Amino acid sequence: MSDTKPAIADTKRVSRSTERFREVGLLAFIVVICVLVQIRNHNFLTLTNIQDLLANTAILGILAVGMMMVILTRGIDLSIGATIALSGMVSALTVKAIPTMPPIVSILEGMLVGLAVGAIIGVTVARFNVLPIIATLGFMNVFRGLTYLISGGAWVSSYQMSAGFQRIATGSIFGVGNLIIIAVVIYVGYAYFIRHTKTGRQIYAVGSNPEAADVSGLPRKRIVWLVYAVMGTLAGLAGVLWVAKFASAQSDTATGYELSVIAATVLGGVSISGGSGTVSGLILGTILLGILNNALPLINVSPFAQQFIQGVVILAAVLTNVLVKRNSQRIALRKRAI
Amino acid sequence: MPERVISIERKWSWKRFFLQWEWLLVLIFIVVNIVNSSLSPYYLSLSTFLTAPMSFLDIAFLVLPMTFVIILGNIDISVGSTVALSAVVMAVSFNAGLPMPLAVLLCLAVATTCGLLNGVLMVAFKELSSVIITLATMIIYRGVAYVILQDQASGKFPKWYSTFGWGNVAGIPVIIIVFAICALIFGLVLHMTSFGRKIYGMGNNLIASRYSGIKTNSIVIIVFTVTGLMAGFTALFLSSRMGSTRPNVAQGYELTAIAMTVLGGVSTSGGKGRLIGPVLAVFIIGFLTYGLGLVNIPAQVLLIITGLLLVVSVLVLNVRFGSRHQRPVVARAQPAQKGERPDE
Repeated sequence: MSDTKPAIADTKRVSRSTERFREVGLLAFIVVICVLVQIRNHNFLTLTNIQDLLANTAILGILAVGMMMVILTRGIDLSIGATIALSGMVSALTVKAIPTMPPIVSILEGMLVGLAVGAIIGVTVARFNVLPIIATLGFMNVFRGLTYLISGGAWVSSYQMSAGFQRIATGSIFGVGNLIIIAVVIYVGYAYFIRHTKTGRQIYAVGSNPEAADVSGLPRKRIVWLVYAVMGTLAGLAGVLWVAKFASAQSDTATGYELSVIAATVLGGVSISGGSGTVSGLILGTILLGILNNALPLINVSPFAQQFIQGVVILAAVLTNVLVKRNSQRIALRKRAI
Repeated sequence: MPERVISIERKWSWKRFFLQWEWLLVLIFIVVNIVNSSLSPYYLSLSTFLTAPMSFLDIAFLVLPMTFVIILGNIDISVGSTVALSAVVMAVSFNAGLPMPLAVLLCLAVATTCGLLNGVLMVAFKELSSVIITLATMIIYRGVAYVILQDQASGKFPKWYSTFGWGNVAGIPVIIIVFAICALIFGLVLHMTSFGRKIYGMGNNLIASRYSGIKTNSIVIIVFTVTGLMAGFTALFLSSRMGSTRPNVAQGYELTAIAMTVLGGVSTSGGKGRLIGPVLAVFIIGFLTYGLGLVNIPAQVLLIITGLLLVVSVLVLNVRFGSRHQRPVVARAQPAQKGERPDE
């Protein structure tokens, strides 16, 4: 399983070339899909539709950032759908009670709820060594239940929300939608954080070899906690954006959305066994999933077939990825033999 | 000269016997029933214990194979979708003119095929974790169900079919009898056969198991295929109880089944746990739901309780029993001999 020392440099080169190949492949796949859809429906590659597409993908993208960090540390977070619902509901209820509340406070409130949620999960995972899939599964139920309890099962509808609140998601600056701007800001900050800061690199280190991270004195538990806290905060932000965008807060908001986010992350080449994944891959994966969501209705694919097609694309992408990796490893081995 | 025998069984002690996770589950089960009977004066009767399981036992068919899967160190989140797909195929083929017994067989066949596909993918692509593979097939299976039935419901099953979910034999509901038989078979296979021991072995150390000549690939395929078959059983009982089926039935069943299995003391890192634990957990959650339903406590409270129960139980297992589990069975061996490679 593990490589011997002389092979490390080779494997590193191979993995890097594989990574590049995957991203180029993903990009090619996206281009092919875009061209095919454009031939069938000329409204696809117009500025308005692209902006629609990006705005609809923004929330998925924001969540994928958090999920990538969680998966980098070998974790997984199934609770984000429930966190979205909880933070969305809390902020919607406050806006309903205090219509004059400035939108920025709503956003902060949602993020705070998310942070609290993420911190609890983080403590359970990092301090008490509960497996991430189990801890987040349990808290998913808890937070979903809490959402039902505080809302009493009722909805908060658009007429109960102030116009300012809804403008968080629907407004735009210089013609670019707020959602897109928020997502871009998060991605730029994230790319810098994960590639160039100490903590960012430590996240990779903890994921690729927890024991080695411990031995080298990295604060592993604190990093694992941090990752879930950030994931929670981003989910909290996404909750506010979600409610503002659809102008309705329900108890069953975003049920099962965690699976879409995980799918986007894995599609982008973030390895579920931890420690590997790139920001550019993540962006491509998210956009591919967004394009599938947006393009299939445009070419009159029945809405009922969409889930099937998405599943097949995800499976195909993941399997191709493995095959490519195997092939490049075989080539590297052959080179070494000669 | 007698051969040197290494004893791997610890001496019997009452203390250890009662410190088992399963006793805690029994205790919780009793507490749940005491709470329930204090909530409603009509609760404590034989008929409650016979009729209540009808409403929750269908998911228990998923918990049995899920225990195997989790002991193997894997996880299968596609079971809920398998239930939906096989139920939809059954309903549609019956309404297209297939006789009901054949439709039932078709349902089981479809479910088994789904499981087989999972298993084959697992074996062919060992680099991928079971979470990813079954996540993808979960989306695909549910997607196929939607392609077949769109957003409609299908049903109108013949009268006799409802006996699966509602019928009695000698006063005992059919579903309890079938579940008891299945649980017995699963328990025997897991605890009494070499197949079961191999599953534990693979859960503890897959590579060592492969090197000792265990056909790990076929065991993985068999376990996932059986998981599919049992999902077919769930589909039968569920659609019989509901009287119709839709593509969105059994949503979230996979997570409930995993929660019950883990609550039953099966470690998600593989190789630990017994079948009796998850079975107890099924009844704990089931009766909790039933009791809270009696006094009109909203199901959402139950959601919270289930979630907390899951997290707290694993937490307690980790903190309280953590050191106990890790204590070596035999006295600690001498440090590794020279030239001997430390494991892994």
